[in-house]
Amino acid sequence: MADIQNYSINFGPQHPAAHGVLRMVLELDGEVVVRADPHIGMLHRATEKLAETKTWIQALPYMDRLDYMSMVCNEHAYCRAIERMLGIEVPVRAQYIRVLFDEITRILNHLMFIGSHGLDVGAMTMMLYACREREDLMDCYEAVSGTRWHAAYYRPGGVYRDLPDGMPQYKESKWKNGAKLKKFNEARSGTFLDFLQDFVARFPKLLDDYETLLTDNRIWKQRLVDVGIVPPERALQLGFSGPMLRGSGFAWDLRKKQPYAVYDRLDFDIPVGRTGDCYDRYLVRMNEMRQSNRILQQCIDWLRANPGPVLSDNHKVAPPRRADMKSNMEGLIHHFKLCSEGVHVPEGQVYSAVEHPKGEFGVYVISDGANKPYRLKIRSSGYAHLSAMGEMARGHMIADVVALMGTIDIVFGEIDR
Amino acid sequence: MMVETLQQLLPGFLIPLFNGLMQLGQDTFGSAWPDIVTLVWTVVKAMLVLAPLLGVVAYATYGERKVIGWIQIRLGPNRVGPLGLFQPVADGVKVLLKEIVIPTRADKAVYFLAPAFSFAPALIAWAVIPFNDFLVLANINASLLFVMSVTSISVYGIMLGGWAPDSKYAFLGAMRSAAQMISYEIPMGLALVVVLMVSNSLNLVDIVEAQGRGWFAGMGIKFLSWNWLPLLPVFVVYLTSVFAEANRAPFDLTEGESEIIGFHVEYSGMAFAVFQLAEYTAMLMGCALVSLLFLGGWLSPVSFLPDSILWFLVKTFGVLVLFYWVRATFPRYRYDQVMRLGWKVFIPVCLVWLAVVACWMLSPLNIWK
Repeated sequence: MADIQNYSINFGPQHPAAHGVLRMVLELDGEVVVRADPHIGMLHRATEKLAETKTWIQALPYMDRLDYMSMVCNEHAYCRAIERMLGIEVPVRAQYIRVLFDEITRILNHLMFIGSHGLDVGAMTMMLYACREREDLMDCYEAVSGTRWHAAYYRPGGVYRDLPDGMPQYKESKWKNGAKLKKFNEARSGTFLDFLQDFVARFPKLLDDYETLLTDNRIWKQRLVDVGIVPPERALQLGFSGPMLRGSGFAWDLRKKQPYAVYDRLDFDIPVGRTGDCYDRYLVRMNEMRQSNRILQQCIDWLRANPGPVLSDNHKVAPPRRADMKSNMEGLIHHFKLCSEGVHVPEGQVYSAVEHPKGEFGVYVISDGANKPYRLKIRSSGYAHLSAMGEMARGHMIADVVALMGTIDIVFGEIDR
Repeated sequence: MMVETLQQLLPGFLIPLFNGLMQLGQDTFGSAWPDIVTLVWTVVKAMLVLAPLLGVVAYATYGERKVIGWIQIRLGPNRVGPLGLFQPVADGVKVLLKEIVIPTRADKAVYFLAPAFSFAPALIAWAVIPFNDFLVLANINASLLFVMSVTSISVYGIMLGGWAPDSKYAFLGAMRSAAQMISYEIPMGLALVVVLMVSNSLNLVDIVEAQGRGWFAGMGIKFLSWNWLPLLPVFVVYLTSVFAEANRAPFDLTEGESEIIGFHVEYSGMAFAVFQLAEYTAMLMGCALVSLLFLGGWLSPVSFLPDSILWFLVKTFGVLVLFYWVRATFPRYRYDQVMRLGWKVFIPVCLVWLAVVACWMLSPLNIWK
């Protein structure tokens, strides 16, 4: 009898479901995966090395480009590392704004997750619904930072500027005019917080819609339940964090366990899964969006009631106000030193981690006292999750590999760096 | 036969011209003339079915993009022509002008045979589809059997298309589709056996006519007499099997664009487009069959409205929109789940309902007398 051999196929890097540039070598026995071997490195941009040649502030926009689905959360970890080494206080209002934007980003990321997860599993419509809501949130980004994606909004010592008083409005066009234009601009007539308040009020209803479409859908459940089970002990051994770990039933969330910014003043819950399969991880993320929405509401209320500074008044770190720079000798010197030489961070090393939408995102920096990092090391959660791919996929079918890639929520920017 | 039909149909001033033409042919070809007339007439009839069909297929793609666009809060095609109505034409021109890239190791003859193999059966089956009680290209006795046997050939097109380019992805797609299409032909066939039993005929025209009779039809609410209600489980099985047979979502594993990209991954240009045309033709075919077998074809739903070909079109396109709707709503099944559904759910359901209907017909409660 002829020997039947397994065969291997190259899954990616050019594959419609490869989430960017993942290359995976799959060894298949029929349709069943015997071995899944992820290869990385195709989006390597040497972020860590580049940061060594830039001043501390100049390296900040690189952080946006790591996990390009959760931009400002990366900045948060980086800014906190610098702040801890400098030992400066961040104004409370700035911390609230940071939490506000961390949670906006979490919703952005999770919307992208259900969109692309849906697309992987074949529920095409989810992507477009998710993008509709992402549009509003990216408008928030645009309103505060001028860009919809790579915000570079956080600064060591606070945030770049306070929340704006107005939102940009839609202009009349062939597609948006008359009553439709008015409806679109209605929520944008007030301040930034009014606009966000409108979104926060609408969002739970929209989430219910998504749940109708997916959560109890028989096919959706058949595709996700009991696929890629990771028991809690194993999840810890594999270095999982974020929704991947919580999906396995481990209530670990840095926002609760090692509260940073103002998370200890806010009221929210950590959703956890039970079996640790793809479906649990999906439910965890859906619930996290509801929790984020709760946090947004609390932040909006606090920010409305408490105006104040949003950037540290330590002008060795944060630039002075424009008027001071124009009229005041000291301000001018500070401005010049900051813009030419940058911040000098005292000698030392620090690891600062935040609860990023995908898990624990950490920045480990070593400073030799110069105006740029001596060494920057980034801990990305996706790297640990992806390395468990082979283990999760073994014994499942090709279609499950795609579902697993969705559930890991891979973004190659942070894995390859 | 054809001569008389034409003499009835043609406007008065053309009849002398037509008679003159027939006389001229008779004089020139002698005894071969009637055969030639039959041949030409058959070709003309076939064209009368094919040309509108291809037009409808082209616009089915447009319709799909519009309907799914609305579901997904998009606009759909709107650039080429008013409301994007010329989009199918633009697409056609585009695929015709594109290069067909043949993989180096492909088996060229089979490579080009495959699209033809999948498209031809989808078209041939339309020969026996009745549009109303007399508009049918070939009103043969076993038209249902003909449709079943011809459409099952189309699996060869997909298998050859997956095998010819010597690509692992395409081959996986072909394997999936072979298993899937063969599996779903069994519940489909069993469902048809039930329909055949209650209408006592394999002829599609008779099957439709039989649905116009019954207890409810006598009361004027004809749509309750159609096969869908008394044969509801079979109707559901058949409808779902049509989705699987046409390789449409949620059973589009053959394409599975997020997993194996599809059996036609190595095809480009017109060769690829022919596969798509075949898929849409087969899908329309499925819709037409659903409306003929279960939804009363051209019969009007209530007795105070006349039967008309329009009813047939409305029902067919209604089912077509259902296809679009399902595609926009449901995730895709996994391969083993599709197999399980076919073998472990649909076949038993069909067998049970077959027995139920058989007993029903023998009992005094028989409604299909």
